[in-house]
Amino acid sequence: MIADIDAKLLLGTDQEERLAPLLTEVRRDPATLTRHVARAARVVGRGPGPYGHRVEDVARARLLLAACETLGPQAAADVVAEQYGSGDADERRAVLIALPALDAGPEGIGDAAVPVVLDALRTNDTRLVAAAMGPYAAEHLPDDAWRHGVLKCLFTGVPLAAVAHLEARRDAELDRMVRALADERRAAGRDVPDDATRLLAR
Amino acid sequence: MRIFDPHIHMTSRTTDDYEAMYAAGVRAVVEPAFWLGQPRTSVGSFVDYFDGLLGWERFRASQFGIAHHATIALNPKEANDPRCLGVLDVLPRYLEKDGVVAVGEIGFDSMTDAEETVMVRQLELAGEHDLPVMVHTPHRDKVAGTRRTLEIVQQVGLPPERVLVDHLNEKTVDLVDDAGCWAGFSVYPDTKMDEDRMVAILERRGLDRVLVNSAADWGRSDPLKTYRTGQAMLAGGYTDDDVDRVLWRNPVAFYGQSGRLLLDDGSLDATVGASAADFEGNTLQRGEPVGLA
Repeated sequence: MIADIDAKLLLGTDQEERLAPLLTEVRRDPATLTRHVARAARVVGRGPGPYGHRVEDVARARLLLAACETLGPQAAADVVAEQYGSGDADERRAVLIALPALDAGPEGIGDAAVPVVLDALRTNDTRLVAAAMGPYAAEHLPDDAWRHGVLKCLFTGVPLAAVAHLEARRDAELDRMVRALADERRAAGRDVPDDATRLLAR
Repeated sequence: MRIFDPHIHMTSRTTDDYEAMYAAGVRAVVEPAFWLGQPRTSVGSFVDYFDGLLGWERFRASQFGIAHHATIALNPKEANDPRCLGVLDVLPRYLEKDGVVAVGEIGFDSMTDAEETVMVRQLELAGEHDLPVMVHTPHRDKVAGTRRTLEIVQQVGLPPERVLVDHLNEKTVDLVDDAGCWAGFSVYPDTKMDEDRMVAILERRGLDRVLVNSAADWGRSDPLKTYRTGQAMLAGGYTDDDVDRVLWRNPVAFYGQSGRLLLDDGSLDATVGASAADFEGNTLQRGEPVGLA
């Protein structure tokens, strides 16, 4: 179900060489996915990657895509839920990063991974909250959940630039909520987040 | 003074503790999975606890500039409850994860057959997942429990340098030293060890293969006991380098055998608390303070 790998999900040559045998193994035996995802950072690498995402995030996302590439939408969504549920925080972030690629094309997973995004938005882990508000959330989250996701970014200090398609999805209700946050902060004598001020000025 | 507390239960501690620990020089901790005071009744309760150790607690520590690692196991007390034995089936998944640096705490509580069976299986799991082991010694009948623990370790065949035997005292340290395992000491306000007795043991048996921890939890305990032991060592004539060896290099050497320590002291693969995580082209520091409003 995956046509092309987004450029953001590519790694450097050495890292791709270390990832390749893991991808082969997961395609041959999808039951090895959980183990290879857990070990991915130790095998492929860790730290900032060449095209935006971290190396370990990309490696784990690619393994998930490999496990899903011959599956239909519902079966892929089941693998996503299983992998998210069994992962630690880093592994869960990689699942979130893989969602736009899993959603691509006519055989994409559609709304089926929304519960995973909502779970991430219930945490207070900024790494998960930021990853949850990517292009998949912009496309599939219901309005109320998406607005609260944006507000949670402002509350927890996640830069609003992490919110995909913010201007396209922004509406009067979100603006009202952000204005209310700013009013509350000013009433308490606290700083209004710069991103809130900037959003309201646009 | 840079401090690595090799045994502390941070889920039971406050953010004030994290701040005080950082101020005293604590930059890394290992949090062993243990009993929660209230017995658990299902495997799901353990799964959420293990996920918390590897998820929220790790993130919480990073907010205070402290690298957090965990050891994962079914503890000896709950090994006696048949409802909890399914935990052994979920352990292999956790023992592959990045933040897990040992199998632990395993060992004896009341020295039952069930405890022994579960200990043996988890020693085998340590071998299968290439991890060191952290063994708790019982509070009651400690000498007999320590002796039996060391016999079992030898029977299973784990290399002694990959085994830490913890909560030792004057009566059990020689048994562990003779076996070639690492000796762990928990320094407490009024039980287990205190700072001055700790220094006396160090003077007698030297600084090799020894770890000092606060084992702070929800009981009466003090997360700065590592720091206070360092102060007592200096007062007793030890050098700064000796203190660094006991409170930093020794725990790094023991848990480093896992290949999974993530520290930003430059000596190991650096990630936690130091480097930038990149989200959609926007740099967000790991450990950035979170408003928990």
